[in-house]
Amino acid sequence: MTTALYPPPCGEGRSAQRSGTGVATFISNAHHPAHSVRHPPHKREDKTAAEARAYVAAAAVPDPEIPVLTVEDLGILRSVTIEDGVAVARVTPTYTGCPAVLAIELAVEAALRDAGFEARVERVMSPAWTTDWITEEGRAKLKAYGIAPPAKASNSIRALFGETEVACPRCGSLETARISEFGSTACKALYRCEACHEPFDYFKCI
Amino acid sequence: MSADKAHLVTFLLRLADDHLILGHRLSEWCGHAPMLEEDLAMPNIALDLIGQARALYAYAGEVEGRGRGEDDFAYLRREREYVNCLLVERPNGDFAHTVLRQLYFAAFMEPMWRGMTASSDETLAGIAAKAVKEVAYHIRHTGEWVIRLGDGTEESARRMREAADALAPFVDELFESDEVTAAMAAARVAPEPASVRAEFDAVIDRIFSEAFLERPAGAWPRTGGRQGRHGEDMGYLLAELQYMQRTYPGAVW
Repeated sequence: MTTALYPPPCGEGRSAQRSGTGVATFISNAHHPAHSVRHPPHKREDKTAAEARAYVAAAAVPDPEIPVLTVEDLGILRSVTIEDGVAVARVTPTYTGCPAVLAIELAVEAALRDAGFEARVERVMSPAWTTDWITEEGRAKLKAYGIAPPAKASNSIRALFGETEVACPRCGSLETARISEFGSTACKALYRCEACHEPFDYFKCI
Repeated sequence: MSADKAHLVTFLLRLADDHLILGHRLSEWCGHAPMLEEDLAMPNIALDLIGQARALYAYAGEVEGRGRGEDDFAYLRREREYVNCLLVERPNGDFAHTVLRQLYFAAFMEPMWRGMTASSDETLAGIAAKAVKEVAYHIRHTGEWVIRLGDGTEESARRMREAADALAPFVDELFESDEVTAAMAAARVAPEPASVRAEFDAVIDRIFSEAFLERPAGAWPRTGGRQGRHGEDMGYLLAELQYMQRTYPGAVW
């Protein structure tokens, strides 16, 4: 019952489902028999090389609302494969209603086209994205940008209506207070540091 | 369309309409909320709800297979074709009404979404996996407000009590069963709404007791939303929601 009253820890029970977004996953996808290509797009480039190139192009697309992060840092680029000569990127939304979803999909498609591919972007809902999928590099970039990275699944959530501990991205103090549950974008909350008195954004754990 | 499919479409449209209409109501606070933080919070929650509605409408159109998309469902139906519950169309009233309406709906949807994460319908399970995390924030945020207002000044407590009285008749409809909900439960698509009543009551009881509020007893339940019979306020809401598409059919931007 108590779990109904506050958000679940990030990534609860989901780590096993994680499909991964890194190059390793993409390479394993590339060898999947279901993805065999009947009409190779580039005669002198084999499928594995083409997919690697397509992945690199798609992965570098920045998030329009937090441009310091790429779609790869965020963990929302699930895979890039070549299917029937078309580069297919699978992208998952952070929040269901995130207004940036369409902009991100269009940017990924454009990046693939710029790299010389015919391109298509597919939106995948399941398994649902969690903030645990933000890469370590992404978390470091967020912090350097002044946004406190989301709590990890291992963080304990305090009693009823309690909060996870959020460290100030500037001075590192844990003496911080939540000003607003909802911030400038769907994925952020507003906090204030009681030690250095600076307000800052917190990337919410979801 | 088979009976199973027709039930699934009806079920998806009920859920989608609940989310669209409540999202629209919350969006009415944009620029009018009592403080800047709430002016951000209300549209943020509205975004979650409208995002969930879009996913549900798109899927309903796919299952229906008649070429209708999310915009057709959202903008181009008549009032009697909307099958949302009556709670979500209630006017915003004061902030006490708004946060309590939201808390009731979120406390109902949280166990429903949680049940649907294990749905036999994979698309719905995917939507639910995301929504269940989003709705947890809605419970926390609106629950805190109910406590703050109920356990606040004499006036805030009076307003909270008035909101509880005014919304009491619209709670029971959330848990109604009929052949659609029974078919969904039998096919393991979604839990019977009645089966989450105990969890809903436990959450509300806990928040009300912290807020020094009593749960109103003996309210005469209102119903009819699932059959398309709406209150007087629904027409005004739709007039605003549908204005652009009715005036400039097919407009895009």
